[in-house]
Amino acid sequence: MDYSLSPLGDQAVVIELGTEISPNTQLQIQKITALLSKVNETWLIEWVPAFTTVTVFYSLSKAAASAGDALPYDFVCSRLHEWLKDPLDGDFREQRVVEVPICYGGDFGPDLPFVAEHNGLSPEEVIHIHSNGDYTVFMIGFAPGFPFIGGMSERIAAPRKKSPRLKIPARTLGIAGKQTGIYPIETPGGWQLIGRTPIQLFKPDSHPPTLLQAGDKIKFYPISLEEYQMLKEDHS
Amino acid sequence: MIIIHKPGLLSTLQDLGRTGYQQYGVIVSGSMDDFSHRMANLLTGNPEEEATLEMTLMGPTIQFDQEALISICGGDLSPKINGRPVRSWRPIFVKKGTVLEFGYAQKGCRAYLAIAGGFSIPSVMESKSTYLRAGIGGFQGRTLKEEDAVPFGLPSPLGRKIMNSLSGQAGNQPFQEADWSAPDEQRILQKKDGPLRVMKGRQYALFTPDSQTSFFQDAFTVSTESDRMGYRLKGSSLSLAIQEELLSEAVGFGSIQIPPDGNPIILLADRQTTGGYPKIAQIAAVDLPLVAQTKPGETLRFTEVPLEEAQRMYLEREADLSRLKEGIKLKYL
Repeated sequence: MDYSLSPLGDQAVVIELGTEISPNTQLQIQKITALLSKVNETWLIEWVPAFTTVTVFYSLSKAAASAGDALPYDFVCSRLHEWLKDPLDGDFREQRVVEVPICYGGDFGPDLPFVAEHNGLSPEEVIHIHSNGDYTVFMIGFAPGFPFIGGMSERIAAPRKKSPRLKIPARTLGIAGKQTGIYPIETPGGWQLIGRTPIQLFKPDSHPPTLLQAGDKIKFYPISLEEYQMLKEDHS
Repeated sequence: MIIIHKPGLLSTLQDLGRTGYQQYGVIVSGSMDDFSHRMANLLTGNPEEEATLEMTLMGPTIQFDQEALISICGGDLSPKINGRPVRSWRPIFVKKGTVLEFGYAQKGCRAYLAIAGGFSIPSVMESKSTYLRAGIGGFQGRTLKEEDAVPFGLPSPLGRKIMNSLSGQAGNQPFQEADWSAPDEQRILQKKDGPLRVMKGRQYALFTPDSQTSFFQDAFTVSTESDRMGYRLKGSSLSLAIQEELLSEAVGFGSIQIPPDGNPIILLADRQTTGGYPKIAQIAAVDLPLVAQTKPGETLRFTEVPLEEAQRMYLEREADLSRLKEGIKLKYL
């Protein structure tokens, strides 16, 4: 595996796998996080997978206790090198396909007409293209359970709003540039809003606490307002 | 229970943070000044990770409806009990009915109130820290308000011993301070001068030579648009040599990132888990409490320290804290 290690301050190490988003990099990141979830080290606090990096946060005190005379950072790096030197084959979390129902347009998707007009399409065509995409969750960040999703068709890309909305309701689906994503909790934001899902993306009482995880495949499918309301009751 | 008479500017319950969930986009939260937080707990016989009340700039007024052992550490928010000034950095026994009142921060920015036994609030994702934006953790997921009643638990055996000793000395007084305190050199504000020690960030080399020089030479003012999520700084504008779109990656407590407007942002306890702005530097963990104790309007400077030195200084401070912990135990054998 081709990677480099560098410090993020005195209590974290960044494992970097190049600077380009690619399916192969995504797979390597999956393997690294699968590996980290299996190791049992007191100094390992947590890790954050992103597009081309996995950042490992460690307890400096606990690493120092195991490091002997070595610098705790060097000790942590040497352990990571040991773990990463073997080709990491098989044996990692199976890629899940998560189906996410979306009620497109209407009050839930006030910017659907804009996205359609911007691309010279009808709203129905935007819905058709969006719900037939092949999507992968690259990382979770920005807000609890917020997925950075790759794979949206450029035919429905749209620029961010010039001035962000102060409040975007939870579970709203948006488009920003070539990205699509869903706001799990109410936040301010500048994305073009095209629909909403009745399913909770952030579930603080469950484990894991989010519907989506890095590496998941997503299938969006359109539902009617009636179906939305029925599903919402099922999920509340 | 404690009853809140006045809530203060921003009073939230915080522990050492909600770690382990950043991969799900859940922020760490936790106390801004973890050193004062931990010290306040140790002085009441609590485990360091117990939740304390973090009070910001203008503190609350609180009544105790039962006797308690408390400790106040961090910034000086002019605490008074029943109108009489009371000293920080030491255990204090308070009788039922006493009123603890804080004012404006005279020195520092945040103070921590620990109560022996800790606050009896549920853990959410293994932490009692308040996550304001998601409305979870802490006391009902929010800042404290007037008339809130927050229950607290039973002191540890050590907390009980400290409490018994002080209540024996209290006589008719409404409260009794211990005649000992955390040593001066372990009080965070004693160190609050001189530049903050930082390590170069992962994207340091991408900045122009002028920006690199300015960052280490100039003073930066903490703007009023600063909160638990981050401090926005005003000063020299810093820029990249080549405008480059970076891919988002993890950030840390004390990462200093530079958005396109050139004004640095120091990421703090309520930072998002990931960020896409270039990071010019990372503050050494040992100096983070000093940042947390800086008020808007005050200035900060930065100086470089090697990673080895940052790790050594942090471990030294941890050793100090362990010695204090042992010292307290020995005092109340």
